[in-house]
Amino acid sequence: MSATVDTHVHDEEHDVHHHKETFVTKYIFSQDHKMIAKQYLVTGTLMGVIGVLMSIMFRIQIAWPEEPNVLFEALLGKWAPDGVMDADVYLALVTIHGTIMVFFVLTAGLSGTFSNLLIPLQIGARDMASGFLNMVSYWLFFLSCIIMISSLFVEAGPAAAGWTIYPPLSALPMASGGSGLGMTLWLVSMAIFIASSLLGSLNYIVTVINLRTKGMSMTRLPLTIWAFFVTAVIGVVSFPVLLSAALLLIMDRSFGTSFFLSDIFIQGEVLHYQGGSPVLFEHLFWFLGHPEVYIVILPAMGLVSEIMASSSRKPIFGYRAMIASILAIAFLSTIVWGHHMFISGMNPFLGSVFTFTTLLIAIPSAVKAFNWITTLWKGNLQMNPAMLFSIGFVSTFITGGLTGIILGDSALDINVHDTYFVIAHFHLVMGISALYGMFAGIYHWYPKMFGRMLNKNLGYLHFWITAVCAYGVFFPMHFIGMAGLPRRYYTNSNFPLFDDLANTNVIITIFAIIGGLAQIIYLYNFFISMFYGKKAVQNPWKSTTLEWTTPVEHIHGNWPGAIPHVYRWSYDYSKPGHDVDFVPQNVPLMEGEEELQH
Amino acid sequence: MTALLTIIIVLFVAVALWQMVKIFDLAQVGTTNTQVADDHDNKINGYLMIGFLGFIYVITILCFWYIGDLPLMSNAASEHGSEVDNLMIISMVVIFVVQTITQFLLHYFAYKYKGEKGRKALFYADNNTLEFIWTVIPVIVLAGLIIYGLFTWNDIMNVDEDEDPMVIELYAQQFKWTARYSGGDNVLGKANVRLIDIDRANILGVDEDDPNAQDDVVVSELHLPVGQQVVFKMRSQDVLHSAYMPHFRAQMNCVPGMVTQFAFTPTVTTADMRQNPDIVEKVQNINELRMDRKAEIEESGQELLYEFDYLLLCNKICGKSHYNMQMKIIVETQEEFDAWMKDQKTFPNSLN
Repeated sequence: MSATVDTHVHDEEHDVHHHKETFVTKYIFSQDHKMIAKQYLVTGTLMGVIGVLMSIMFRIQIAWPEEPNVLFEALLGKWAPDGVMDADVYLALVTIHGTIMVFFVLTAGLSGTFSNLLIPLQIGARDMASGFLNMVSYWLFFLSCIIMISSLFVEAGPAAAGWTIYPPLSALPMASGGSGLGMTLWLVSMAIFIASSLLGSLNYIVTVINLRTKGMSMTRLPLTIWAFFVTAVIGVVSFPVLLSAALLLIMDRSFGTSFFLSDIFIQGEVLHYQGGSPVLFEHLFWFLGHPEVYIVILPAMGLVSEIMASSSRKPIFGYRAMIASILAIAFLSTIVWGHHMFISGMNPFLGSVFTFTTLLIAIPSAVKAFNWITTLWKGNLQMNPAMLFSIGFVSTFITGGLTGIILGDSALDINVHDTYFVIAHFHLVMGISALYGMFAGIYHWYPKMFGRMLNKNLGYLHFWITAVCAYGVFFPMHFIGMAGLPRRYYTNSNFPLFDDLANTNVIITIFAIIGGLAQIIYLYNFFISMFYGKKAVQNPWKSTTLEWTTPVEHIHGNWPGAIPHVYRWSYDYSKPGHDVDFVPQNVPLMEGEEELQH
Repeated sequence: MTALLTIIIVLFVAVALWQMVKIFDLAQVGTTNTQVADDHDNKINGYLMIGFLGFIYVITILCFWYIGDLPLMSNAASEHGSEVDNLMIISMVVIFVVQTITQFLLHYFAYKYKGEKGRKALFYADNNTLEFIWTVIPVIVLAGLIIYGLFTWNDIMNVDEDEDPMVIELYAQQFKWTARYSGGDNVLGKANVRLIDIDRANILGVDEDDPNAQDDVVVSELHLPVGQQVVFKMRSQDVLHSAYMPHFRAQMNCVPGMVTQFAFTPTVTTADMRQNPDIVEKVQNINELRMDRKAEIEESGQELLYEFDYLLLCNKICGKSHYNMQMKIIVETQEEFDAWMKDQKTFPNSLN
């Protein structure tokens, strides 16, 4: 299709008639990148609702341990006899919460939505390189969601070994109820998810390399595209390793191999496994697991860079440094995984090496943070909800990122490893930050996706409640972590030592409940505005990038006529010598105007 | 009843939100409501940004004030612990300074440069000097932290065999800890889970024929002589566990199929630690809280009043009762330790 359109631009009208789309090809098995983006977004949102609901449930359990609760009784059924949550279910909830939020919401929901929506639109392409693969990628993702959700309903419960599913706990059904069918479904779901992610990533890479419009050199690309491109590369490098780990674990579980298991005595008998090592699994898992956090955060960084420039009416500060730091982060992200394993029993010398590489990654991160702050300096900030979430992103990224200096330092990690300090750190730096990036992207590109505007006042309300609650939840967690409180404890009531932290835990839970409820505002706004929102104009934020040159009503092939050519970088905001404060990329240079050397 | 009340509260909150939005919307009457921020929105949100900066500072101060001065963080009970704490404090100061400054700049700029119609932003795309500066500063600071951190790490992880450390095995299983002392020869007898014999109470799978095992002592409460370096050899029989001894700034995973190790020297006896003013205050505070929950605690069968003890906790998710896998650690003088040790049965005598 795209090839036809490219060469026969004038036949466009005719062409569209020819492929009259049915409901099924338009809304369900669509090969159009814009529709696929929306499918990812809606699926990711629904998974997000489940993930957040789970977190609220286990937060209630931590705050008021072993007390009956109507919510538990209603939602957990037999797993909450008389409304008291079962200890196994607590672990299942934290496990599935982590899995859903990291993979299904912040990887597929974030990257899947915006890479699909923006890559063709911002580089000036009719569609993805392969629309069919793109469709397959979405439907594999959908299938993996279904399998993951269905694992919640199996007899012995879903996977309950933490989202890192370290064997032997995840390998032996006798070690944990969730390690039976629940874990099998988890592994199958993840294997399919990885296939989906790889197909998507390959598509993004090929599209960015091959389908840029005339004049769109790599150094004129918006930072969003750079971020998506590099994210896809990291995904292709690291996801297969998790796939292999999952396959080997399936072998250990079902076919009696001993990749990760050795010398185990459980429930009165010695198992036959010999010679394997759980530490090997940890290496394989974190070889994906750490790049994964950058797979989550880089697209958010890209979105935030773009929105900040557009909303500040200023070029992003240090465009080249921003690209360089994305590349540096991507490279370093693949050689720091060992900082999750300082006390795993690996050679202490490796701990030294990983401390070194880990703290190096703080440098490009710091450069990015400073560049964002400087982008605001002397700007003309348009405080749209997207901009608020972008500023919020930088705030939580700094707060969360700084404590990485402690966790990345092997000597300090000894004492805070696997405590609430870690929870606080990674929720702020990649959880909340990436979520803010996603929200910012949704508020900013909603008119592009649905042709209507989101209500800004609901947006403001959503942002401010969320912002206060996010700090209210995660800031105190640093301190209870430093007090030595381990994560993944069903209740702390067996440790009088931690009794003085109980009140703090109650406060955290109250913030979590309010913050969770605040998302209802967003959901209401999101779904209602789809039908009743204010009709959007073509370029509501007065941005320079190409997606705003397409018509509001979506058409297959994106541009009704020829694809626009590009003459300048994407950040000509408030450029001296122009009457308006933005110059779209498809506007040729004026006579005597110089393109910025960047 | 609670359910009904909850529903009513939720309804009220919903109505309140709805009304707030209506007020927002009414304030917009007369303007062409395009759902794009106008000067009014910029101004309000600009002020809110300053308010939010205040909120971040306040929550920081409150956290440090109420839950920051944790005795646990400042009273390390091991030799390397104070080194770790120093590094921690230096890192915290760096973080605190950077956090305070960058959050200020971010939110202050958001307030100061809030949009106004007709104003034009400064076209400022690059400044190599500035970028060089804020690349080099983190490099220098991080280099300092890395070097300090690595020295500390090497100190902790390299066990100096010349000091003749006492060898103790920590043995983890779902959901309990066991310790095995190496006895007079200071060498642990060989062990493997394949040798476990529950009927004979050989729960650690110690090789009964190994001469080194003859003086080993298996216990379920850990006693350590103060000032004596201890090297822990850790094993697990089923899944991953993590031996976490927060007061000693010590932690190491227990991995089935391999032996891991961690060494430290306890420096404060349990009795002395109980006299420490910080700990006294903490214990007092905890006991006041426990008195409030008297009935509940007595019902659960716990001792009502808490007395300070060092603990070994499991800190790697290990299954259903992960949250209750602990062992008491008692640090005492050499004489007390010797007296206690004399009362323990050696491994061969402990078998059925």
